[in-house]
Amino acid sequence: MAGPLILTRDLTKVYQMESYTVQALRGVSLEIQRGEFVAVMGPSGSGKSTFMNLLGCLDSPTSGEYFLAGERLSGLSGDALAEIRNSSIGFVFQNFNLLPRTTAVENVELPLLYSRCPKQERRQRALARLAQVGLADRAGHHPQQLSGGQQQRVAIARALVNNPVLILADEPTGALDTRTSFELMGVLQQLNREGMTVVLVTHEHDVATFASRIISFRDGHVLSDQGVAQPADAQAMLRELEREAA
Amino acid sequence: MMNLASSIRIALRALRVNKLRSMLTMLGIIIGVAAVITMIAVGAGAQARVEDQIRGLGTNLVILFPGSVTSGGVRMGAGSRSTLTEDDAYAIQREVRGVQAAAPTLRGTGQVVAGNNNWSTAFYGVTPEYFEVRNWAIATGKIFDAADLTGSGKVALLGETVARSLFGDADPVGQVIRIRKVPFTVIGTLERKGQNLLGQDQDDVVLMPLSTARNRVLGGGTARQRTVGSASIKVREGEDMSEVIEEMRSLLRQRHRLQPGTDDDFTLRNLSEVLQAQEQSSRIMTLLLAAIASVSLLVGGIGIMNIMLVSVTERTREIGLRMAVGARGRDILAQFLVEAVTLALIGGALGILLGVGGSYAIGHLAEWRTELNVRAIVLAAGFAAAVGVFFGFYPARKASRLLPIEALRYE
Repeated sequence: MAGPLILTRDLTKVYQMESYTVQALRGVSLEIQRGEFVAVMGPSGSGKSTFMNLLGCLDSPTSGEYFLAGERLSGLSGDALAEIRNSSIGFVFQNFNLLPRTTAVENVELPLLYSRCPKQERRQRALARLAQVGLADRAGHHPQQLSGGQQQRVAIARALVNNPVLILADEPTGALDTRTSFELMGVLQQLNREGMTVVLVTHEHDVATFASRIISFRDGHVLSDQGVAQPADAQAMLRELEREAA
Repeated sequence: MMNLASSIRIALRALRVNKLRSMLTMLGIIIGVAAVITMIAVGAGAQARVEDQIRGLGTNLVILFPGSVTSGGVRMGAGSRSTLTEDDAYAIQREVRGVQAAAPTLRGTGQVVAGNNNWSTAFYGVTPEYFEVRNWAIATGKIFDAADLTGSGKVALLGETVARSLFGDADPVGQVIRIRKVPFTVIGTLERKGQNLLGQDQDDVVLMPLSTARNRVLGGGTARQRTVGSASIKVREGEDMSEVIEEMRSLLRQRHRLQPGTDDDFTLRNLSEVLQAQEQSSRIMTLLLAAIASVSLLVGGIGIMNIMLVSVTERTREIGLRMAVGARGRDILAQFLVEAVTLALIGGALGILLGVGGSYAIGHLAEWRTELNVRAIVLAAGFAAAVGVFFGFYPARKASRLLPIEALRYE
């Protein structure tokens, strides 16, 4: 397919508070190609989270245009956006957002529940994705029985289960220690190597270095947009960390 | 949209998380449904008792009284004139097509003596048709035969109360009693009939042949005229009561040679009408009881709405996540609606058990008659489901209208 995966034109978002307005985004125009691994950085209040929510169709822009895989998404109805989220976008959240008292495999199945996938296929696909993130043997565990890293991998399996075109990761390592962060970034890098487009929001520069492109936000504008010549290799760093420990 | 089975599974899981809360919420519905079922059972029991009384009385019973006398402008009331003869009753039975049987009756009261015991009671001179018309069977012994009827045989049948008062537990059949000093042989006892609608003891009675009552006990002036105090008439099943009564009226007017335009010298009273009115009122009572019970069902519904609102608030993040992975508003709506209805239906099912148990308990402990009604049970269950939908809708819609990003960020 020709054209960028993501194209935004003059995207703005204004939050109307009771007595004042907040201009969270002041006209952002960007292109992200298929297969890119983009880190979105910026201090809090820079607009990076707002930008992320717009990319993820969780929120609608005040003005401007947003095209995902050539389809204009700005101005679509809530139901249509839900369907886009379901079929095209996989979310990974900082706090995992797994359903408690629900097994790992059922958590992974959740998006399929809303795409009317038959029960057997649902289970099959969920188990396959769990195996892909190395948790085949934890399918029947509840989130509270899993470590933070394992929970986040369940969340990645959930993000992948509907074969999305884009993974959006919002501070995915925020609740993880260094070792587990490397592990998780390794999983995301592996997915990216296999062709998945990944957009990562983080405020940690270390985490951003795993990406191949870093976009910095400040005060609702894009401050800088640079390619990374030599992204860090999470798996190599993890091996090194383990050697040091040994 | 998710299929129903997964929705129900999700709902059950959510309800299990807060077992105590779910139970307490259900309690409102449980009590409501149980109350509706029990109250309808009690009402239906009362109704069935009235129906039984109608059946006991004879479903299509008409009582014929002689007319009233007007003397110097003072009207003496029904039965004050002896215009009715037993031949009127026979004629009605013979000539009015819709009549199954007509039983002329003479009534008197007096002291009945047996050995050392005595008892004041009413006695009736009757013909064998009386038993058919009144749906009255004998408990022991036999009824009087043709010879007793024509020959004024001194034989009597005792009602249960009289039999017990005079003979205790002993068998009265074959014993001799005196009614107004006339000796009678007891040839049988009547089956217990209980109280009538006015609370009168229908078993406090002695029956004897009509001729015996007239010739040997009441005696005097009435003997020659063959008059009777009243006649009970049973209309055939399926006949139009008012039509038959009209036929009887014209026959009697003709027999009594009444000119057109004059008043009847008799009264025909349709007894089952009275009872039907009573049945009607007990049906209204049932409705009232059910209506009162429904109020508690309504209160239970408000409880469901309350707890569902709490639940939606508590699970805002879950709602946000579900929306993020593709749930549409109507999926969330369905999820919470199914949860509310599941809550209501489980409560309804438990309420049915409690209601059925309660009805039996009331039937046993209070010895009230209760009648479980399948329709009432289905109605109560349906009502419970409707309560779930109605009171679950607002919280569910509130959940479905959350914005995904705000729900996800909710702390």
